[in-house]
Amino acid sequence: MKFGVVVFPGTWSDCDFHYVVSEVLHQPVKYVWHRERDLSGLDCVILPGGFSYGDYLRAGAVAGRSPVVEALGDFVANGGVALGSCNGFQILCESGLLPGALMRNECLQYRCETTHLVTENVETPFTRLLRPGQVLTMPISHGEGKYQADAETLARLKKHHQIVFRYATADGQVTRAANPNGSIENIAGIVNEEGTVLGLMPHPERASETAMGGTDGLLILQSVLGSLVEDGGFLKR
Amino acid sequence: MRLRVLIRLKPGIMDVQGTAIQRALAGLGFGDVGDLRVGKVIEVDVPGDSVDAARRRVDEMCRKLLVNPILEDYAVEPVVG
Repeated sequence: MKFGVVVFPGTWSDCDFHYVVSEVLHQPVKYVWHRERDLSGLDCVILPGGFSYGDYLRAGAVAGRSPVVEALGDFVANGGVALGSCNGFQILCESGLLPGALMRNECLQYRCETTHLVTENVETPFTRLLRPGQVLTMPISHGEGKYQADAETLARLKKHHQIVFRYATADGQVTRAANPNGSIENIAGIVNEEGTVLGLMPHPERASETAMGGTDGLLILQSVLGSLVEDGGFLKR
Repeated sequence: MRLRVLIRLKPGIMDVQGTAIQRALAGLGFGDVGDLRVGKVIEVDVPGDSVDAARRRVDEMCRKLLVNPILEDYAVEPVVG
C-alpha cells in the first residue's frame, strides 16, 4: 500500500508521518509537494499538521486552494483515502472536502497536551480495527481546533455517522472538562459521508511507538492498511 | 480602484478574542462597554474604473478565498480618497 505525505511550506509533521509509515508500518511512502497534481499510484494521502503558508488569512485557507488539494477531490472520488491531522483537518474543512470549520480555541490558549478520544464510528477505513466506544490516547497541539458547524450540518453529520472521535475522559465520558478547545459537542474528528476522508485535530503520528508514550495513533494507520483489499478498493467496514 | 472588505464573525458565533478584549478594557476603566467583536479588514486594488465590476470581482474573491462562509459575513465598500 502506497502512502503520500503532502508537504506545504510550513508543514511540520511531515517527517513524523513519513517515519511512522516507513519505519513502524513498513509501507512505501513518498513526500508530495504542494504544487503537484499527480497523485496516481498512491492509495492513501496524508495531510500532516503544521502551519501551511503560515496559516495566513485563516488556518488552512491558502493550502485548501492549493494544486495538490484540488487534485485530492478526484483522488478520493476515484477510490483513494485521505487523512488530515491538525492543520490537515483545517485544510480539509477549508477545501470543502469535509464540512464545518475550525476556529480559535475557546480558551484562547495554544493547547499542547494529551487527550483521550472516544471512538463513535468503527465502520470507516480508519477505524475498523477499533471497538465502538474504545478510548484512544493521543496528543493535541493547536491554537485553532474548535470545531464549528451549524445545526443543519451537525444533524447531517449525525445522520451519516460522520462523527468518528470525541474528546472524552480516560474512561470515555464525553464531558465539558475533557474538551480542550471548546469544539461543538466535543468533536475531535469526522469523516466525509463516504467515510473515505478523515480529519482530526489530534496527532496519530505522535502516538505510534512505545517510546513516544503510546501507540494508539498507529491503530488508525493500521486500520487503513487493513482496509485495502486486493482489487485496490477499500473496505468500509 | 481600491476596495475594502470588512469581515466579521457571524452573529451567534462566539468571539473569544472580543470577550478577552472587552475584559481588558473593563480593567482600564471601560467597564461600561457593551458587546465587542473583532473582525478583519482587507484592502485590495482592482484595475478598472467601474465600481460595480470591481465589486463583482471582489465578491468572487471573497467566495473563493477571503471569507469562510461557515464562520464569517462580509461587506465590500469602495475606499474613498
